[in-house]
Amino acid sequence: MIFLNINGQEREVDVPADMPLLWVLRDELNMTGTKFGCGIAQCGACTVHIDGTPTRSCVTPVEAAAGTAITTIEGVQGKAAQAVQAAWQKMDVVQCGYCQSGQIMSAIALVAENQNPSDEDIDAAMDGNVCRCATYQRIRAAVKDAAKTMRT
Amino acid sequence: MLHNLIKQAAADIAVAAPSRRSVLMGGGALVLGAMLPIRMRAEDATGPKIVGPTDPRPHAFVRIVADNTVTVLVKHLDMGQGIMTGLATIVAEELDADWAQMRGEFAPANGELYANHMFGVQGTGGSTAVTNSWDELRMAGAAARAMLVATAAQRWSVPAAEITVEKGAVRHAKSGKSATFGELAEDAAKQPVPTKVTYKDPARYSLIGNAALHRLDHISKTNGTAQFALDVRRPGQVTAVLARSPRFGGTVKSVDDKAARQVAGVIDVITLPIGVAVIAKNSWAAMQGRQALTVEWDDSKAEKRGTEQMIADYRALADKPGAKAAAKGDAAKALAGAAKVVEAEFVFPYLAHAPMEPLNATVQLTGDGGCEIWAGSQFQGVEQKVAASVLGCKPEQVKINTLWAGGSFGRRATPNGDYIAEAVTIAKAYPKAPVHLVWTREDDIQGGRYRPLFLHRIKAGVDASGKIVGWEQRIVGQSFMAGTLFEPFTVKDGVDSTAVEGASDMAYSVPNLAVDYHLTESPVTTLWWRSVGHTHTAYAKEVMIDQLAKAAGKDPVAFRADMLQDHPRLLGVLKLAAEKAEWSKPLPQGRFRGVAVHESFGSFVAHIAEISLNERQQIKVERVVVAIDCGRVINPDVVKAQMEGGTGWGIGHALRDQITLTDGVVDQTNFDSYEPMRMSDMPVVEVHMVPSTLRPTGVGEPGVPGAAPAVANAYFSNTGKALHVLPFAGRGAV
Repeated sequence: MIFLNINGQEREVDVPADMPLLWVLRDELNMTGTKFGCGIAQCGACTVHIDGTPTRSCVTPVEAAAGTAITTIEGVQGKAAQAVQAAWQKMDVVQCGYCQSGQIMSAIALVAENQNPSDEDIDAAMDGNVCRCATYQRIRAAVKDAAKTMRT
Repeated sequence: MLHNLIKQAAADIAVAAPSRRSVLMGGGALVLGAMLPIRMRAEDATGPKIVGPTDPRPHAFVRIVADNTVTVLVKHLDMGQGIMTGLATIVAEELDADWAQMRGEFAPANGELYANHMFGVQGTGGSTAVTNSWDELRMAGAAARAMLVATAAQRWSVPAAEITVEKGAVRHAKSGKSATFGELAEDAAKQPVPTKVTYKDPARYSLIGNAALHRLDHISKTNGTAQFALDVRRPGQVTAVLARSPRFGGTVKSVDDKAARQVAGVIDVITLPIGVAVIAKNSWAAMQGRQALTVEWDDSKAEKRGTEQMIADYRALADKPGAKAAAKGDAAKALAGAAKVVEAEFVFPYLAHAPMEPLNATVQLTGDGGCEIWAGSQFQGVEQKVAASVLGCKPEQVKINTLWAGGSFGRRATPNGDYIAEAVTIAKAYPKAPVHLVWTREDDIQGGRYRPLFLHRIKAGVDASGKIVGWEQRIVGQSFMAGTLFEPFTVKDGVDSTAVEGASDMAYSVPNLAVDYHLTESPVTTLWWRSVGHTHTAYAKEVMIDQLAKAAGKDPVAFRADMLQDHPRLLGVLKLAAEKAEWSKPLPQGRFRGVAVHESFGSFVAHIAEISLNERQQIKVERVVVAIDCGRVINPDVVKAQMEGGTGWGIGHALRDQITLTDGVVDQTNFDSYEPMRMSDMPVVEVHMVPSTLRPTGVGEPGVPGAAPAVANAYFSNTGKALHVLPFAGRGAV
């Protein structure tokens, strides 16, 4: 048994220790908001927060996540999360939407830490999140809008 | 054009009879009589003719319930292009609904009610959805409105003509009575459907053309609740992955599954003609199980060439005349007398679609010998038939639940329903539980169905006054129509019309034109890819035009404008883009720009790209100005988003992407080697729309074709080097 703290709740799972956290969330716990895109940490669709840090769950063995605080798209809350989700909605960022859980998780971590990100800061924080629909321009604008909300 | 040809193919597809026709308005079900769609050509963009059935079918498309929500049944797949929002807007406008009460739902698979009128079967593609639904949804909305008004008139004993509807409120001013749609819905459903409706005067439109409307999915796709096919969880379901031949055309020779069966969570390993299926209790176990398989493949009929050899073979073919795709005047003679001649050979690589959500489908067999499918289904009409043929049941015994699709770019629609057929085949072989077939990213990148590898050779010349006098073009590449049920309607006398579209129908006034085509064959599977033939023909044409403009000593915009006098809509977008990009003014130091203009899928788009170059002369795309004429704009922000995305799609692939083969095996495996466009690659994209009252046309694909050649032309303007071989990275330009 592996004990996990996900979105503030204690969960226990009976899975191999090397099973990636992504599949524990999606297949064992039915938390499907976190997405599978590549399996090798190249697209960011599977991004969750581990102790507040954006982490690619597709390459994170579940045992490495035991004893940490895991946050997924289903459980995000607080000022940064609200600012980011509101900005995404205001600007109609989404197209197919499949990558957006991961984009939003990366963006929340960015604006929580940096409330006035430059374009270079946004590139650095968001380049690991692929959007095949190329909604990047709106993501950039939404990150800036969310950061502005954080400053007020 | 693709959609016109597909609709003809429809005659050969057995369209499923509807299993359920009872789409409700209010509480009462009403079964509508069978109506055969009247198929119209998409080019009737400007005409008054109706596309599809000529009488209103509100019950098929609109559901209003007591809670005052209005749900539009959307027969097209929304794979990100925003069609659910667009179609709901059309209904809401005629209904005089409040945007806040609008909802969308994917329609069930039902060829009789929901066929694409351009295809004849239910399916999405060819940027047809808005044009195709424009009439039937206006009719449905107007009819539903009339039924609500008739209900209120009866209830209040007042003349219907005195009733007004605004933002979802039905009112009678004189008596002061009012009602919501929800309050009237149940009785309204029992009203006779009007045989004729009057459309709203477009001058009164408040939703169509309104940029402030939010997408219907703008919340569910930002909080993780939107359901994609990969998120389907049926009770007791198992996950399957399939080991496929690493070489196209290979088959299973022998399997050692001992180690695979020992992987924790693996339930079964089944060898099938299509590959070796590993069934497991979760995705991870299935993937681990597949890794533990030892499979020997029979490659006797497989593709064993590498890409370099294929290109060499294409070159040899290009030395010989191909099948005639266009012939006007005498191009050879004109070129012999030309003042200046430009020759070029273009090479376009295989490209994968790589939608963010990998292909997947869940199949549950039903007691009657049929099945239920959950998928981001793009060709419901084809997939019902394909599944039925695997199971030996009737198409109407195949129920398809369409879910949000995490991208497609053409990949989810295949003439043989490829991944759906796989899923149903595995479910048939493992009938004990619902089966969820999942493709990994490696399966996707290496799994074929690519935009074909193409080679173009062009020779064109200008006279002493700088006018193009002759143009010869030879196109070599595979046909994804040949060998499918669409072949009789797309491949004629050796020419696949989708391989030469955008070239054989040259818009510029070229008096002598000769285009021919060599259809090549390979076990490597290919498919339409966002904007189909225009992905390569527009590029070759527009890059060549800049080279000719230079040879003629003319400005690229003026050169194009001179040759588009008979094409006012192309000329219109060219002028609009040039004006907005301030083409006539000099650029800041270190910035260079290029232009491209192209028609596809009935829409007209111009791109002006601005680039900078680093010290190694590598391209950074800084800004792209896009002008589009797609007729009447339904939702300006969705059109804008599609131009942004289409531009990113075109440029992203041109920068770095290619699928190559070595000894028949694909070299790329995942997003580390098939590198997608990222945030730092994305230029600023500005979109301008031509105001229009013409019939709306599509926007999902037309933003793609001109984007890459505009960038290449910007590079050419500074370096004098024309980029003839894609991707740019292969030429040191990225």
